[in-house]
Amino acid sequence: MQKRQWIHGWLLVLPAMVFLLLFTHVPALTTIWNSFFSTPRGRRPSRFVGLDNYDRLFDDPVFWKVLGNNLWFALGTIPVSIALAIVMALFVNRAFTGRSLVRMAYFTPTVLPLIAVANIWLFFYTPGFGLIDQLLGAMGFGQTNLLGSPDTALAAIMAVTIWKEAGFFMIFYLAALQSIPPQLTEAARIEGADGWTIFRRVTFPLLMPTTLFVSINAVINSFRLVDHIFILTNGGPDNASSLLLFYIYETSFRYWDTAYGATLTVVMLALLCLLAIGQFFFFDRKVHYK
Amino acid sequence: MLAKLIKGAAASATLALASALPAQAVDLQFYFPVAVGGGAAETIEALTNEYTADHPGVNIDAVYAGSYQDTITKVITAARGGNAPQLSVALAVDMFTLIDEDLILPFDDFIKTDEDRAWLNSFYPAFMENSQTGGKTYGIPFQRSTPVLYWNKAAFAEAGLDPETPPATWEEMVEMGKKLTKKDANGNVTQWGVRIPSSGFPYWLFQGLTTENDVILANADGNKTNFDDPKVVEALEYMVSLSKDHGVMEPGIVEWGATPKAFFEGQAAMMWTTTGNLTNVRKNAPFDFGVGMLPANKRRGAPTGGGNFYLFKGTSDEQLSQAVDFIKWITAPEQSAKWTMATGYVAPRPATWETETMKQYAKDFPPALIARDQLEFAVAELSTYQNQRITQIFNDALAAAITGQKDAATALAEAQAKADAILADYR
Repeated sequence: MQKRQWIHGWLLVLPAMVFLLLFTHVPALTTIWNSFFSTPRGRRPSRFVGLDNYDRLFDDPVFWKVLGNNLWFALGTIPVSIALAIVMALFVNRAFTGRSLVRMAYFTPTVLPLIAVANIWLFFYTPGFGLIDQLLGAMGFGQTNLLGSPDTALAAIMAVTIWKEAGFFMIFYLAALQSIPPQLTEAARIEGADGWTIFRRVTFPLLMPTTLFVSINAVINSFRLVDHIFILTNGGPDNASSLLLFYIYETSFRYWDTAYGATLTVVMLALLCLLAIGQFFFFDRKVHYK
Repeated sequence: MLAKLIKGAAASATLALASALPAQAVDLQFYFPVAVGGGAAETIEALTNEYTADHPGVNIDAVYAGSYQDTITKVITAARGGNAPQLSVALAVDMFTLIDEDLILPFDDFIKTDEDRAWLNSFYPAFMENSQTGGKTYGIPFQRSTPVLYWNKAAFAEAGLDPETPPATWEEMVEMGKKLTKKDANGNVTQWGVRIPSSGFPYWLFQGLTTENDVILANADGNKTNFDDPKVVEALEYMVSLSKDHGVMEPGIVEWGATPKAFFEGQAAMMWTTTGNLTNVRKNAPFDFGVGMLPANKRRGAPTGGGNFYLFKGTSDEQLSQAVDFIKWITAPEQSAKWTMATGYVAPRPATWETETMKQYAKDFPPALIARDQLEFAVAELSTYQNQRITQIFNDALAAAITGQKDAATALAEAQAKADAILADYR
């Protein structure tokens, strides 16, 4: 009896495990393995090069540039999109006419494919006759070139990301808000607390598990969302808006330097692991699970 | 036992098939990219169907593979997985990459008769520069282009310029550009004089400037670049000065994709872009426009661009000779004329321009001839081993200079050093 349960358990886990092994763990291990070899070219087979690829990585100015960009990208997009998500969730958690419509409007960016959306934003940003320039022009300002200038290209990419992400995170906050028992806020109100105090002392702490979940997702997304870069800037000008994953794609599938691509991927995997572990420890004391 | 049974069944099935068909069927797989609007994909399909209708026993599976970038990625992936197509159209500049990956075969192996040799010699030499190396031919020109200058005749007339005369030299382009640049009451520019797009692959149009300044960017062996040549620096300084000193071009990186639209909207009175846009401009420009050769400096000049046919390793000789036969057919004057008229690509053989259909087309629409006439001055597009990476290094240097982060000489010297480090392996 005991034994049969054991088999049963393994059978239940098996499908998920097979796919995880096949598409996540095995590729991750081969990636690490490949990062110690040179790139095979048709006429030159790959050979063991030890840590050469990592040496090259430390001397590669583009790598440091995209890593820095990714840091700014994460710092710029995560707090803003989470804050926006909370504000939007609080707003649509009240009763008012047209509530479903507003909720839907906030969520729409999530539903649309990023590539399609990036093409629309490309038109917004177009110098001269794009939406932004037409609005600015009507107010008497001159032409801008947000995507074509190294000072603003990354910020323009970040704006699209925030717009895309905030609505998605709002859904989680909305669900969390609805699971907070109303007695708690009522009790706080009887004690004489004002709206801000209630949010700071009651609502926000109770949202912490959601914030943990959302922020881990946001961190992963800040390394994962690069689709719009292909459309908007292709990483330019001079890598000003290139991110780590975009650089990995370029190295592996444009330059076909698969070994160096693997090396960059190892760095990204390590970074993501560290960040996820760090977040769990950092939030651990502040998250109150019921 | 089971394996034996299956083998036996397969063998008898093959026998049955072989006796049923007059000759054994030849299957070909053919990847093609589409880089311009219009009916490019439909035209390819139609031409392929026409060929298979004339050649019973040949099946051609024409696969639309996306952009040039997608196509090369797909072809290399398929070939590495042992499923290479027999033939594909891909960027002419990827020749060295494909040789380096050991994926393609020279056409010389399939050239046996004098007629074949005559065919190989019947293409414009400017297009063959990107198709041959080490004395062998690896690419057959098919969808090839070259950049030209388009100008807005209405804007020229308004600025008091002769609407029929485009700038012939760099100086004239600046002078005319100044007259064509319009500002509103607040001092904001409403119409720029000229637009040379610099997003994505700025090296291509910039190569127009370097060629006019009489310098070649890379050697024919594809293992040495001349990025830091003083003449290249001078060309880049000229390009930067268009917006920085003369104020006739929009500052910063200028988007390639939005360029025709900016021209239609009157945002730019002159634009540099590919002949592949000819049909697009003809259909959408709300004013009279002219098409001219790029202005000259030390000489006239332009790069070539676009895609060649390649022949892939890994399949039977029978399939490959059939593939070569198909390429010969589709590059023949009649077929090539259809393709040129549908897209605006430059017909790659003088013979195509001699056909009645092309003569009629050129008579109705003389701008179509400009690109052909410019070929006399055209050179090979920048192409080296590890081509994508080398051009990206060069693109980054151009972007850094255009956006004012580095001066032209520094940016190009750095690019040359990086390119040297990579290409040293190939010398």
